Amino acid sequence: MNTDEEVLATAAAWRASGMEVALATVVRTWGSAPRPAGSHMAVNGSGDFCGSVSGGCVETAVVDAALEVIQSGEGRQLSFGVTDEMAWEVGLACGGKVAIWVERVG
Amino acid sequence: MRDDFLHRLLRALEEGRPVVTATLLPEGSQALILPLEPDAGEGAPGWDPVEGGSLLDEARKALLEDRSASITSEVGTVFLRPYNPPVRLVVVGAVHITAPLAQMAGAAGIEVHVVDPRTAFATAERFPGVHVLDRWPAEALEELQPDHRTAVVTLTHDAKLDDPALRAALASPAFYVGALGSTRTHAKRVKRLREDGVSEEDIGRIRAPVGVDIGARTPAEIAVAILAELVAHLRRAEAS
Repeated sequence: MNTDEEVLATAAAWRASGMEVALATVVRTWGSAPRPAGSHMAVNGSGDFCGSVSGGCVETAVVDAALEVIQSGEGRQLSFGVTDEMAWEVGLACGGKVAIWVERVG
Repeated sequence: MRDDFLHRLLRALEEGRPVVTATLLPEGSQALILPLEPDAGEGAPGWDPVEGGSLLDEARKALLEDRSASITSEVGTVFLRPYNPPVRLVVVGAVHITAPLAQMAGAAGIEVHVVDPRTAFATAERFPGVHVLDRWPAEALEELQPDHRTAVVTLTHDAKLDDPALRAALASPAFYVGALGSTRTHAKRVKRLREDGVSEEDIGRIRAPVGVDIGARTPAEIAVAILAELVAHLRRAEAS
């Protein structure tokens, strides 16, 4: 478990060691979302991450988006909602909804 | 987020300064705001909300509530992310409950200070990761200056140590003041504090017997009870 402050420090340490980094931040939640707005997750160019933006439900999808953001340099907003009957779709089992801002650090 | 912005943010956190980041979405430009500092207005972006006060007011509110917020400005949505210094817990008495309480509070991200003038009790080795002060409680609290994000819990059962700590805590805006001891012990304590001129209102702020009533028996269970009550007070105070 990392505090959001530790996630920021990790992002800075990765940058200092020459890595590409993206930072994901929960910017809005609806209903019973697992992590509150402001929660951070940092992802490096190798796909390693620290911190969390949900209870583990959407992290994989956020890592994929973060790697794209690292490549393009363009920040983007993701949103994840209630998991529907399509089991393969990424979503939140808790029935909440979150919006996540992903930006490149650097 | 630019590297230099991240460094400025981390520096503010290290210095224990309450800070807010403002991010214009979806464009991504950012500003660092120190809304509680006298020169806060300087360098603040002109992203004031369409309705109501200023960006600075909203940043201040986010800090006080310790809650992120999105506001609608003329230039777009502004996401405000407050970073407060850690909540502090001052524990008076390096006793059997102190170790699990300090450990659990630390896991919850709380900065723990243990105060006990009896040097044999308050050794740094017994409390890893904790600030240990072998001082008299009144002196220690004078130095620590409890604020609205500080909790004070007395655990010694010794009036010489607990009472001065409670008087200092009640004279401060501490969000939580708890005292270990049975209802009977507390009744005697209340009598002493009253005689010392502590107001009824302040006496009413003391949580005693300390902690949520979960029938706790062991030191660790008592620590759970105290921490649960402390968190409830913190989050309710922010919400109101």
